[in-house]
Amino acid sequence: MVPRNRLLQITRIGTAIAGVALIFVIFLPIWRIELDAPQYPEGLAMQIYADRLAGEIDIINGLNHYIGMRTLHADDFWEFSILPYIFGGFALVGVLVAIVNRKWLFFTWAFGFLAFAVLAMIDFYKWEYEYGHNLDPKAPIQVPGMAYQPPLIGFKQLLNFGAFSIPDTGGWILTGVGVIAAGLIFLELKRKKNAPIQTI
Amino acid sequence: MVPFQLKSGKFILFSASLALLAGSSGCKPKTAGTATSGDAAQKVYVAPGEYDEFYGFVSGGFSGQLSVYGYPSGRLLKVLPVFSQNPENGWGYSEETKPMLNTSHGFVPFDDLHHVQVSQTNGESDGRWVFVNGNNTPRVARLDLTTFKTVEILELPNSAGNHSSPFITENTEYVIAGTRFSVPEDGVEYPISTYKENFKGTVSFIKVDPESGEMDIEFQLEVPALNFDLSHTGKGPSSGWFFFSTYNTEKAYTLLEVNASQNDKDFIMAVNWKKAAELAQSRKGVKKKVKYAHNKWDEETHSASSTIKTEILTLQPEVLRDIIYFIPCPKSPHGCDVDPTGEYIVGSGKLAALLPVFKFSKILEAIEKKDFEGEYDGFKVLRYESVLHGEVAKPGLGPLHTEFDDKGNAYTSFFVSSEIVKWDVKSLKILDRVPTYYSIGHLTVPGGDTKKPYGKYVIAYNKITKDRYLPTGPELTQSAQLFDISGDKMQLLLDFPVIGEPHYSQIIPASMIKDKSIKIYKIEDNKHPYAAKGENQAKVVREGKTVHVYMTMIRSHLAPDVIEGIKVGDEVYFHLTNLEQDWDIPHGFAVKGANNAELLVMPGETQTLKWVPQQVGVFPFYCTDFCSALHQEMSGYARVSPAGSNTPIKFGLGDTAPGMADD
Repeated sequence: MVPRNRLLQITRIGTAIAGVALIFVIFLPIWRIELDAPQYPEGLAMQIYADRLAGEIDIINGLNHYIGMRTLHADDFWEFSILPYIFGGFALVGVLVAIVNRKWLFFTWAFGFLAFAVLAMIDFYKWEYEYGHNLDPKAPIQVPGMAYQPPLIGFKQLLNFGAFSIPDTGGWILTGVGVIAAGLIFLELKRKKNAPIQTI
Repeated sequence: MVPFQLKSGKFILFSASLALLAGSSGCKPKTAGTATSGDAAQKVYVAPGEYDEFYGFVSGGFSGQLSVYGYPSGRLLKVLPVFSQNPENGWGYSEETKPMLNTSHGFVPFDDLHHVQVSQTNGESDGRWVFVNGNNTPRVARLDLTTFKTVEILELPNSAGNHSSPFITENTEYVIAGTRFSVPEDGVEYPISTYKENFKGTVSFIKVDPESGEMDIEFQLEVPALNFDLSHTGKGPSSGWFFFSTYNTEKAYTLLEVNASQNDKDFIMAVNWKKAAELAQSRKGVKKKVKYAHNKWDEETHSASSTIKTEILTLQPEVLRDIIYFIPCPKSPHGCDVDPTGEYIVGSGKLAALLPVFKFSKILEAIEKKDFEGEYDGFKVLRYESVLHGEVAKPGLGPLHTEFDDKGNAYTSFFVSSEIVKWDVKSLKILDRVPTYYSIGHLTVPGGDTKKPYGKYVIAYNKITKDRYLPTGPELTQSAQLFDISGDKMQLLLDFPVIGEPHYSQIIPASMIKDKSIKIYKIEDNKHPYAAKGENQAKVVREGKTVHVYMTMIRSHLAPDVIEGIKVGDEVYFHLTNLEQDWDIPHGFAVKGANNAELLVMPGETQTLKWVPQQVGVFPFYCTDFCSALHQEMSGYARVSPAGSNTPIKFGLGDTAPGMADD
C-alpha cells in the first residue's frame, strides 16, 4: 500500500511524461487560425507559438487594413515574453513531482496547470475580442454592426474569409497534459477515500 | 420536219451531257475529310483546375516574342517579350529594360524570332534556360525559366540574317549561329556585284557558362558565302560534330528565287566543332576589330546594363580544311535533322522529289578514305553515294523539317503538298501521311530533336490559315494542329490559332520546371538604386532639371499620391516599388500624356517610367492593373508648373499631403 502522502505509481509516471512533453510545447506551434477564401486557393494561416507568431502574418495584416483591424505584431503581446518560462516551469515541476513523490506537490502542479489553461483561454478570447471589435473608424470597408472576432475554437465566416481556429501540435500536447492532470487528480482523490491509515 | 429524230438527238445530247457532268464530278478524287475521331476531345481536354502535361515554347517569328503554350490543351499560357517592345508590361519602355534592346546600331525595338532551344545536358532537355535567335539585327537571347524573363541578349558581329541559330551542342557548351545572308565583314562596303569575291558567311560559337548561363562569343568561323539555313548537333557517334543545311551554292545575289535554285545539289556542311574549339583555344585565330552589344539583366537590381564589345576572334578558311566537309544534298535543303541515335542525318531539299538520309559512320569513312567528289572554295566535298544511307522515295512535295519519336520513326513536314509524312528511319519506308491545314512549315514532337524524344504528339505549325477559324478580316493568325502519334496512324486531335508566326518550338514535360517558377521577388533582396522599401522611404527629389520620384505601391494606394513642383521640360523619373509580398498581386502605373507605355511591377520589384511633361496642368496617375477591391481609388495627381517657375517640390499621402496639414 502506498503511504498516504506518497503518490500512486501511475501518477509519478504520468507527471514525468507530462513534464517532458511540456518542454516540446516551448518549441512547437500551439494554435493556428486558418483563413480560407476563393482567391486564396493556396490557403492562409496564422500560427501562435509560445514566443512568437508565424505563418502568412504580413499578408493577413495587409488584408486586415481594409476592415480597419489593427495589424498583428509579436511585440504587442506581453504573453510572449513569459509563456516559454511558464511552460518550462510546469515542465520542471512536473518532473520534480515524480522524483519528490509528495502529494502536496502533485496537487499544486496539477491544479495550477488546469488553472493556467483556463486563464490562457480567457486571455486569448479577450485578445480576439479586442482585435475583432476595436476597428479603425476610417476603414475603407465598413459593414454596419459587423465584428471580426475569430472563433475561440471552431469555424466562423467573416466576409469572404472562412476562419477556422484550432489547436496546433503544441496545443494538442497541452490538451493531453490537461487531460492527464485531471485524470490523475481524480485517481489520487478517489484513492484517498480507500487508503487505509498507515501507522509507521 | 423530223421532230422525233431531232427530239431524240437533242435528248441524247442532253442526257449525254448530264452523264458527262455526273461522271466528271464522280471522277474528281474526294478530298479527305477533316473529321476527328470521337474521343479526340477527351484526349486534349484539361479539366478546370488541372494542368497540362507539357510546356510548349513556341517562336513568335515576326512578333519578336516567345509564346508559352500548354499541351495537349493548346491553351496560350503567356507571351514573353524578347526582341520586341511590349507596352503591356513596359518591356523595352521602362528605363530598366530599354538597355536590353540596345545594339551597335542603337536602340532596335523589334526582331524576327525564329528558333528555340531549351538547354540540354547529355543530349536531353534540362529546363535551365531557353535560347532564341533574332534574324534581322543578328542577336541571340537567353530566357530564365524560373522567372520566364529575357535575361541576356548578345549581338553577333560580321553577321546578317541570323537564321541557322541558336542551335546548341549536347551539353550546352556552345550556342552556334550561322548566317543566312553573306555580307562583307563589318565596317567595309563593296559593289554588290562583287558578291563572289568579297562576301563571306560567318558561323559564331557562343560559349555558355554552365553555372550562370552567361553567353560570350568565343570565336567565329569564316566560311564560304553560302546561305546557312538550319543546323543541329550530332549525338552519340556523331557527338562533337555539327551539321548545317546550306543553299545558294550558285552564290547568287539577285533574283534568288531563280538563281539560287539552279544547282541540282547544294550542301550539308559538317563541322567538327570540337576540333574548331581546340584551334580557337590554341590561338590559331585572327583577332578583328568589331562592335557588338552585350546586354544583361540583373535580378537583384531589377535592371539591365548594355556594354559594347570591340574585338572578335575569327578562324580563317585556310585552317579549317580538315574541320569542315561538304556533303552534296538535293536541292536547296532547308531542314538538317539528326535522329536520336546520332547515326542518321536527314536533309530536306525544298525543291527535291526525295529525302536523302546520310549515315554518320559512312561520313567518317569517306573522310578517312579521302572519298571526295570534288572541292568547293577549297573545302572537300564528300561523294554523295558513299555517305548516303538511302533515299525516301516520293515522300511528298516541299520537305522542310524532320523530327523523331521514341520508336525510330521520323516525321517530315511538306509545305507544298501540305502534309506530315511518317517514315521509318532505318528502312526508309513510308508508314503514314496526314494533311495539315494548311501548308505546314515546322513540326514538333516533344523532345523530338533530342537524344530521348518523349513522343506522344506531333504539333504542326502552318503558314496558311484561310478558313480554319472564324474570319477576322484580311490579316489572319497562323494555324496549328495537334496530332496523337501513340498509335500506328497519326490522329488529328486539336486545331488552334497561334500568335505571330511559329518557326520552331520546344516541348518539355511540365514537371521539369513548374515547381521552380518563382512567385514573388523578396523585397529584402531588392538592390535597385532607387527602390523605396517602405512607405517611409517614399519621397520626391529634384536634381537640377531632373526629378526623381521614389514611389511605393501597395493595396490600395500609391505613396506619395500628391506631387507638386514639377515643371514643364523636367525629366521626371517615377521609380515604382511594389511593396506586396503576396502571390499574383502586381501593380501597374501610367501617367496622363507620357510619351511612354505603362509599367507592370511585380511584388518586390522596382521599375522606372520616364516622363517629360510638355504642358502646364494637373496630371493624374494611377495603378493600371486591377489589384484589389479599391483599385479604382489607387490614383494620384502631379502638378506641373511652367518652366522657370518657383513652385517648390512638395509631396505626401493622406495626412501628409500638401494642404492637409498647415504648411
